[in-house]
Amino acid sequence: MTAPTKGSGLTWVGRSIRRVEDPALLMGRGRFTADLPAAHRVRFVRSHVAAGRIENIDVPDGATVFTATDLAAVKPIVPALHKFGYVHVAQPVLAAENVRFVGEAIAAAVAATEAEAEDIADGVTVMISEMPAIIDGRAAMQDGAPLVHAQAAGNICVEGKVQTPGFAEAHAGAHRRIAVELRSRRQNATPLEARAGHATYDPISERVTLTCATQMPHLMRTAIADLLGMPESDLRVIAPDVGGGFGQKMSLVPEYVVLVWLARKLRSSVAWTEDRRENLMASFHSRDQHIRLEGAFDADAKLVALSAEVVANVGAYSCYPTTCAVEPLMAMAELPGPYDLRAYACLARGVLTNTCPMAPYRGVSRPVITLALERLMDAAAAQLGLDPVDIRRRNLIEKFPYTSATGLVFDEGTYRQTLEMASNALDVPAFRKRQAQARSERRYLGIGFAAFSERTGYGTPAFAARGMGVTPGWETVELTMDPSGYVELRIGASPHGQGLRTTLAQLVAEELGIAPERIKVVHGDTDRTPYGWGTFASRSLVIAGGASVMASRKVQAKLKTIASRLLEAASDDIVLENGAARVAGTDRALPIETLARAAYHQSHLFKGELDAGLSESATYDPAGTFSNACHAAIVEVDAETGGVTIERFVVAEDAGRLVNPMIADGQVMGGAAQGIGNALLEEIVYDDTGNMLTATLADFLPPTCREIPRIELFHLETLSDATLTHSKGLGEGGAIGAPAAVLNAINDALTPFGISINEIPATPQRIRAALRQAEKSPA
Amino acid sequence: MSKRNEITLTINGRRHAIRVEPRRTLVDAIREDCGQTGTHIGCEHGVCGACTVLVDGAPVRSCLMFAVQAEGKEIRTVEGLAKGDELNTLQRAFMDNHGLQCGFCTPGFLMLITGVLEREPDISDEELIDVLSSNLCRCTGYQNIVKAARAVAGEMRQQRTA
Repeated sequence: MTAPTKGSGLTWVGRSIRRVEDPALLMGRGRFTADLPAAHRVRFVRSHVAAGRIENIDVPDGATVFTATDLAAVKPIVPALHKFGYVHVAQPVLAAENVRFVGEAIAAAVAATEAEAEDIADGVTVMISEMPAIIDGRAAMQDGAPLVHAQAAGNICVEGKVQTPGFAEAHAGAHRRIAVELRSRRQNATPLEARAGHATYDPISERVTLTCATQMPHLMRTAIADLLGMPESDLRVIAPDVGGGFGQKMSLVPEYVVLVWLARKLRSSVAWTEDRRENLMASFHSRDQHIRLEGAFDADAKLVALSAEVVANVGAYSCYPTTCAVEPLMAMAELPGPYDLRAYACLARGVLTNTCPMAPYRGVSRPVITLALERLMDAAAAQLGLDPVDIRRRNLIEKFPYTSATGLVFDEGTYRQTLEMASNALDVPAFRKRQAQARSERRYLGIGFAAFSERTGYGTPAFAARGMGVTPGWETVELTMDPSGYVELRIGASPHGQGLRTTLAQLVAEELGIAPERIKVVHGDTDRTPYGWGTFASRSLVIAGGASVMASRKVQAKLKTIASRLLEAASDDIVLENGAARVAGTDRALPIETLARAAYHQSHLFKGELDAGLSESATYDPAGTFSNACHAAIVEVDAETGGVTIERFVVAEDAGRLVNPMIADGQVMGGAAQGIGNALLEEIVYDDTGNMLTATLADFLPPTCREIPRIELFHLETLSDATLTHSKGLGEGGAIGAPAAVLNAINDALTPFGISINEIPATPQRIRAALRQAEKSPA
Repeated sequence: MSKRNEITLTINGRRHAIRVEPRRTLVDAIREDCGQTGTHIGCEHGVCGACTVLVDGAPVRSCLMFAVQAEGKEIRTVEGLAKGDELNTLQRAFMDNHGLQCGFCTPGFLMLITGVLEREPDISDEELIDVLSSNLCRCTGYQNIVKAARAVAGEMRQQRTA
C-alpha cells in the first residue's frame, strides 16, 4: 500500500531491502548485555515501603554488601533545568537517609553467581521508619500532603504557564464552550529485554568498560564519569544489541553508576540483570497524567480558544537528562496539536509523588494530549451536531509553514488528506448503517478518529527552548572509505531495533553509488564512534541520516575529483553508480575500489587539491519537522463483559520520504500495537500505601497478537525541505494516535447508553462500571 | 543450597555435562552452564515466552522448568535452526516479512512456531493465532510475525501435497 517515492529516481532509497541486522539475531548470535560472563553478580536490595527513613541495614555475616555509606563520595543525580520554576531534586544512586518509592535501590549484594547474590540480598534486613506516602498526583498538590522532597513546596517540581494575548476575549466571546477531563493511568514501556549492565575493570589501562542496555551510550559515559569524579576517557560505554527501549533506556540508570563504582572498587567484572519485577516497579514509568480541557468553539464549530490544565505525576525523582519536566512541558507546547488555534492558555505541572520516577516513553505526553484533544473534538462534534470527521476537517491546519499558538513552526504536511484517507478507508456512511443495524441486535459498534502531528527530528534549537542543563540535538557521523572501497560509517546515534544500520547504509549507498552491503554502520561504542546523543525522539533516521548524507557527499566529491583525473574528464561529468565511476554517456569507467586505492596510495597525484585518504565527518542539527497522521478504529464493545474487540484499525500517515518502506511500516505497526495496549490493557497500579500491585506480566498486560488487529497502512510522502533527506521521523506516531482512536471508538459504541469513558486503559472493569451507572438503557 | 547434581543436557544434539543446583532453571543452565545465549530471558515467570525452547519436540518455557528435569531429553534452541550460516525456511520468512525488530523475543517465537508446525502442520490460521498469542513481542505489533508463520505453514502444506 506504500505509494512510490515521488520524484526521487534513486536506486537505494525507497526500497524495502532486507535488514542487515537480521541474520545474527535470527540465528541466536545477537549479543545482548546479559550474555556476557562476569566474575561477580549483583543483586539490589530494594525498599519495601514508599516513604520512610532508613534506620538500620543489617547484613549477613561474611556477605559482600555495599550501601550508600560505602558510596559516600559518589555524587547524587541532579538533572538540571533552568526555567519553569524547576526544583533541582537529587537522587542518590543508592538511597542514603530516605526512601521515596517502593523498589528504590538501597544496597548492592555481590556474589559469584546470581543465585548467591539473591540469597545474600534476601538475608539483608533493612529497618525503615515508615512515613506517610503520597501516591496520586493531584492529591500531592493539596495542602497538608506529605512532601516527597522538602524543597519542593506542594510537591510541584516544575510548572509551565502560557497564555496567548487575546485569550480571554476569544474564550469569553465563543459560541459554545465544551469541557473534557481525561485520565491516563500509569504505564511502563516494557521492552522485552529489561535493563542490564556489565562493568569490567582493566588493570593495565585502569579503564572501565560498561556494557549496558542503553539508548544513549555517550551521555551515559558523561553522566557516570561526572558522578564518580573520573575522567570520561577512563570509561568506555558499549550499547551492544539492545532488546527494545521505547524511551525507558534513554535515562541514566542509578544501578549502572553503582556497577562502574563496583568494577573499580573490586578491580574486576560485575554484572546486573534486572528481573521483570524490578523492571515493572523500579525502572521508569510514564503517562500518568490528568488533563482538563475547555474548548471554545464558534458557530461554525471552529475551535477559537483552548484552555488546558495538565497534572503529570512524575514520581519520586527526576530523570536525567530530560528531567521530569519532559511530560508536562511537552504537553504545554504541543497540546493544540494539528488544529488551527490562536487563543491558548495552559497550566502544566510536574508533581512529585512516592512512586517510581517517570521518564520518556514512546510518544512522550503526546499520546495523552492527543487523547484529550481528540476526545474534546468528538465531544464538540456530538454537542454541535456534527460528524467527527467534519469537525476535524473544519479545524485542521492546511497552510504551511504554520506557526502555532505556542510558536512551533509546522512544515508542509497532509493533515486534511490523511483524515480523508482514513475515513474513506473505513467508509463511514456504510459503517453508520451497519452500526445502526447492529444496535438493533444489541451489539455495540463504534468508530473513532485521531488526527495528530508528530514533532520529529529536532535538534538543539527545539531542545534549547526547554532550558535543560543538557541540550541534546545534533548528530555527528564519521565516514571512511578504506583502500578496498568498503565503507565504515561510525555514528553517535544508537539504534536498538529500528534497523538504522540498514537505512543509513541505503542513504550512503545512494550517494556513493555502491551496494549497501559494502557499508558497515558502527554504533553503540564510545571508543569507536563520535560523540552523539543516541536514539530517541524519532530522530535518528532524520538527523544521523542527514549527517550521513553530508559526509557521503564530501567523499563523493573526492571520488569524483580522483575519477576526473584518472579518466581525464570533467568532475561534473562523473557519475557514481553500480560500484563504479563513469564518464556520463560513455563506457569509460573505473571501479570505486580503484579510486579508493588511489586516494590512499597515489595521493601524490592529487597533492594540493585533495587531502590523502577518504575520511570525512559531518554534523547535522536541524530545527525539526512534523510528521502527521490520522488513526481510525472500528471497535465492538461487549455490553455484558465490557470487553473491547478491535475490528479494523487504519493508519494514514505522512513521514516524508520513506528510505525503507518495510522498516517504516514496521515502526508504525509496532507503535500502534503499543498504543492499543496503552488504550485497553496496560496499567501500573499502586495501593494507597504505595505498594505496587502489578509486578508481573500477568498483572501488567502488554497485548498479545490476539488483541492486535491487522493495521491497515496508507502513506503519503510530502517531501518537506525541513530536512536534508526529505524524510521525517515516524518512530513514535503509532503510539501517539492509537489510544485516542480506540477510546473515541469505544465512546461512539457506547452512545446509546449515554455514558462516556474518559480514562485509559479502558478495561472491561471500567467499562462495566460505567455501564452499571448508565442512566438510560439503549433504545 | 550448595548441593549440586551432575547432569547431562543434550542441546541441539550436543551433550553438555554440567553440575547444577536442584533449583537451577533450565534457561539458566542453557545460557550460563552450556553457554548457549541465543535463548533469552524476558520475565522468568512464564508469561512472555522469550525463553521458549523445544524439549522432546514440545515448546517449553525454559524459565519454568528445572535443569534437572530436562536430563535425558532432547533440547532444541535457536542455535540449532540454521545450517551453518544458512537460515532455515522459518528464519528466512522472518527476515522477508520483517518479523523482528530488536530481536530479543525472536528466538522464543522461532522455537514456538517450529514446535507447533512440526506437530500440527495443518494448523488453521485461527489456531495459529491462538498459539502465537502465548508469546510477547513489544516491537513488531505481531502482524509480520503472523505473516511469517503463515507463510511457512502454507509452504509446508504445499510441499506435503506436491
